[in-house]
Amino acid sequence: MTLAHPDDELSLVDLLDRLLAGGVMLTGDTTISLADVDLVHVSLRALISSVSTLRGEPDA
Amino acid sequence: MSLVWLYAVRGAAAAAPTRTGVDGEEPRLVVHGELAAVVGTVSEQGFDEQALAAAMDDLPRIERLARAHHGVIAEAAEAGPVAPLRLATVYRDDAAVARMLAERSSDLAAVLERVRGRREWGVKVYVDAKAEAPAAEPAAEDRPGTSYLLRRRAQRDRGVAAAERARRVADTLDAALAAVAQSAIRLKIQDARLSGRTQDMVLNATYLVDTAAEEDFRAVLAGIEGDGATVAVTGPWPPFSFAEAP
Repeated sequence: MTLAHPDDELSLVDLLDRLLAGGVMLTGDTTISLADVDLVHVSLRALISSVSTLRGEPDA
Repeated sequence: MSLVWLYAVRGAAAAAPTRTGVDGEEPRLVVHGELAAVVGTVSEQGFDEQALAAAMDDLPRIERLARAHHGVIAEAAEAGPVAPLRLATVYRDDAAVARMLAERSSDLAAVLERVRGRREWGVKVYVDAKAEAPAAEPAAEDRPGTSYLLRRRAQRDRGVAAAERARRVADTLDAALAAVAQSAIRLKIQDARLSGRTQDMVLNATYLVDTAAEEDFRAVLAGIEGDGATVAVTGPWPPFSFAEAP
């Protein structure tokens, strides 16, 4: 078992699992909201294409 | 011109976190009644709707935002219960934040009560294909074609058996952890390209655990290892996955 030490760098994908899909979602006239954007989809696309680029693979 | 980035809502008593925010700013509080929003003043140019939408296609930018957002909230969580806000929640000004606190005060107070004295722990389980012991090859030497088919079928059966065993490990572990935790949520299985592992992920779950039950939680994790499964734990997290009413 690997137990992440609190000082270890958290993996980006674990962060995005929580920060983009979790958290209290607030919307309103006074909010600049990305509620209509599928944040998880958009950012994972960016993430996957960037990982593929790093490995010299064609984009997902 | 500037905008107001929201990190979290919590009780009004504690001081603002000191960690640098998403725009290099020092976080501060907007207080309304018994609640305080942990906020940061950010530039309109970098954080208006257009800039944020563009940022979501820019991985280094997403990563900087995510790490800074998480860092401020994690520090705030050390001082007491927090309701983390989803990444990229931006208000026009403090008055708008205060109005939101007033309108949503009962929901937000309920979130704070639900997560008080509890932390979020992530658990991922991977199938460790390398731990798979090779089964004896069925012999049919006199008929090469049959031998090939038998070998192929044996390979496939071993793969299916490994996947089933991994799923069973994942289900057993999830049930045992959920029994110790206050709440449990299964997250989507992560793309193998993102986990950077060659193994298959069979469980990506996250648990809200009483601090008093963390020892029991770890004991469950320590007891389940093996049977071809690799378990990875992350946390403690601020309760991002438990911020919305169940």
